[in-house]
Amino acid sequence: MAETPLISLRGVVKVYGSGPTAFQALKGIDLDIMAGDFVAVMGPSGSGKSTTMNILGCLDVPTSGTFMFQGHRVEQLDRDQRALLRRKHFGFVFQGFNLLARTNALENVELPLLYRGDHRTQRREMAMAALDKVGLKDWWDHTPGELSGGQQQRVAIARAIVTEPTVLLADEPTGNLDTERSLEIMELLTDLNQSSGITVLMVTHEAEMAAFAHTVVHFRDGLVDRIEAGHHGKAPA
Amino acid sequence: MLGTIFMLALRSIRRHLMRSFLTILGIVIGVGAVVTMVTLGKATTAAVQEQIAALGTNILQIRPGQGFGRGAGGPAPQNFKPADVTAIQQQIGGVVAVAPQAQTSATAIYEGANWSTTVNGTTNAYFQVQPWPLKSGRTFSTAEEKAGKAVCIIGSTVEENLFRNTDALDKRFRIGGISCDVIGTLTTRGQAGFGGDQDDVVIMPIKTVQRRFTGSTDIRMILVSVDQDYSTSRVQASLTSLLRERRHITSDEEDDFNIFDTKQISDTLTGTTTLLTRIVAAVAAISLVVGGIGIMNIMLVSVTERTREIGIRLAIGAVANEVLMQFLVEAVVLSCLGGVIGLLLAQLVIVVATPLMQVPWTFDPEINLFAFLISAAIGVVFGYFPARRAAGLNPIDALRHE
Repeated sequence: MAETPLISLRGVVKVYGSGPTAFQALKGIDLDIMAGDFVAVMGPSGSGKSTTMNILGCLDVPTSGTFMFQGHRVEQLDRDQRALLRRKHFGFVFQGFNLLARTNALENVELPLLYRGDHRTQRREMAMAALDKVGLKDWWDHTPGELSGGQQQRVAIARAIVTEPTVLLADEPTGNLDTERSLEIMELLTDLNQSSGITVLMVTHEAEMAAFAHTVVHFRDGLVDRIEAGHHGKAPA
Repeated sequence: MLGTIFMLALRSIRRHLMRSFLTILGIVIGVGAVVTMVTLGKATTAAVQEQIAALGTNILQIRPGQGFGRGAGGPAPQNFKPADVTAIQQQIGGVVAVAPQAQTSATAIYEGANWSTTVNGTTNAYFQVQPWPLKSGRTFSTAEEKAGKAVCIIGSTVEENLFRNTDALDKRFRIGGISCDVIGTLTTRGQAGFGGDQDDVVIMPIKTVQRRFTGSTDIRMILVSVDQDYSTSRVQASLTSLLRERRHITSDEEDDFNIFDTKQISDTLTGTTTLLTRIVAAVAAISLVVGGIGIMNIMLVSVTERTREIGIRLAIGAVANEVLMQFLVEAVVLSCLGGVIGLLLAQLVIVVATPLMQVPWTFDPEINLFAFLISAAIGVVFGYFPARRAAGLNPIDALRHE
């Protein structure tokens, strides 16, 4: 018997607008993602990969089709229910880091725990542990303005993993970084995937980064074009 | 959860100190203005009331003539006679004391010091009618009153200017051609409500003044104090009819005297200052509303400016209500902070202003509490709209916002 996928999309369609100006961003996506996988999503601009990621991250809802998460249908959840699902199961890493300005690394990492209602001492502990995991323990009291791009992204990753989510969604996490920093971030993601068992979904333009993933999903014109195996977490020679 | 939201709001305020300060400036000024104006207004009212109370309450002043502004011209109205005083004492109910007064002015001389002052001839009833305690000495004896002896009780201004710093009691000085013994000195009473120094006076038995100064038995004014249990207006009416009869005024003629109720003056002046206080407070309240609009303005700008931040918060799992509460709490905390600073500022202004305005310092907990609650309410009302806008943002759009 086959293992139930963590995430399962069936016939997912997303239409923006209505009437003659309506734009069909997704034309019927079928996609299964197993728990513990490291998936890279590739494809040209407008191929629907960002829309898919938004739906997977429960930031958006499909126009039609089903979205199963851990065996539960989630496409019909309302705004607040999706927010609570995100709080529990999803961590987000963005291309532009999206840290709160004038807020030190520790407080940024603490933020998701605040909404979860954790106590101060527990928050501090968990946030410091997450910062330790990304190698920035000694930088906890620095604000984003005092950190390099690579460090900011690592703080963002710490923020994403501090709640120990099921899925880490990364939208072009290396898009704003040079190659050396990009490789560091990829190694960090690979490590989190392997040591903590977090399912990683990553959108990227660069084949070099996609090569770190186990599975690479190619999008084209609002459909899944093909799925291939990655290099299983090893950088290409 | 509310504790967390409260903390988030405080963090956000701390991170944008300058913006926060500008946001609350309107509230600070508004609350400060309202509290200062109302407190100073009330202090002024209290000061006026105090001055009138010093004149004595429940006192009717009866003067010849038609009072302020009426019946100008014609023959001078006739003064009262001692028989009028006796008639009032015997025929009017509810009268505690009746003090006739004959006034003139004269120059007092003592060891080379000259002082021009008012001579007030009256009886011991004068000190019964109104509260004016003696500082030293005694009031007139019955013998002195009957005989019209040259004895006097002096006000503190006369004491200071005529006797310098020496003890005036039992001294003899010259005034208007007679020698007069000081049998008592009066405590300081201060300025009258309408200017004029009440302490610049030499009080003698009325017979002395009539014989030695005015040369007639005319009485310029009669002070009547009314029993607390009687209505002053009822006593006033009985006095009017009695005096009309005694002065032979026919029913188609106007009164040729007037009766003044100090309570009436007190009520009128209190009413005026209270009204003025309200007007000034209303103007100050407008500035409070403007302050509230300022909060809304800056909160709206802040929501736009922080769209991305809101997107991040929503993405990491904040529900719409938490974002709404955060912005609402932020607005309320800011406006309450403004309220508190405004209150402190007002206390400072009041402490500085009261001695300058010569009014008593007061602290009015009611207006302070009221202004503070208003500032909190402003936070809720003007913070709600921006907060709702922040909570309604779509996380994807918000994250994409530059």
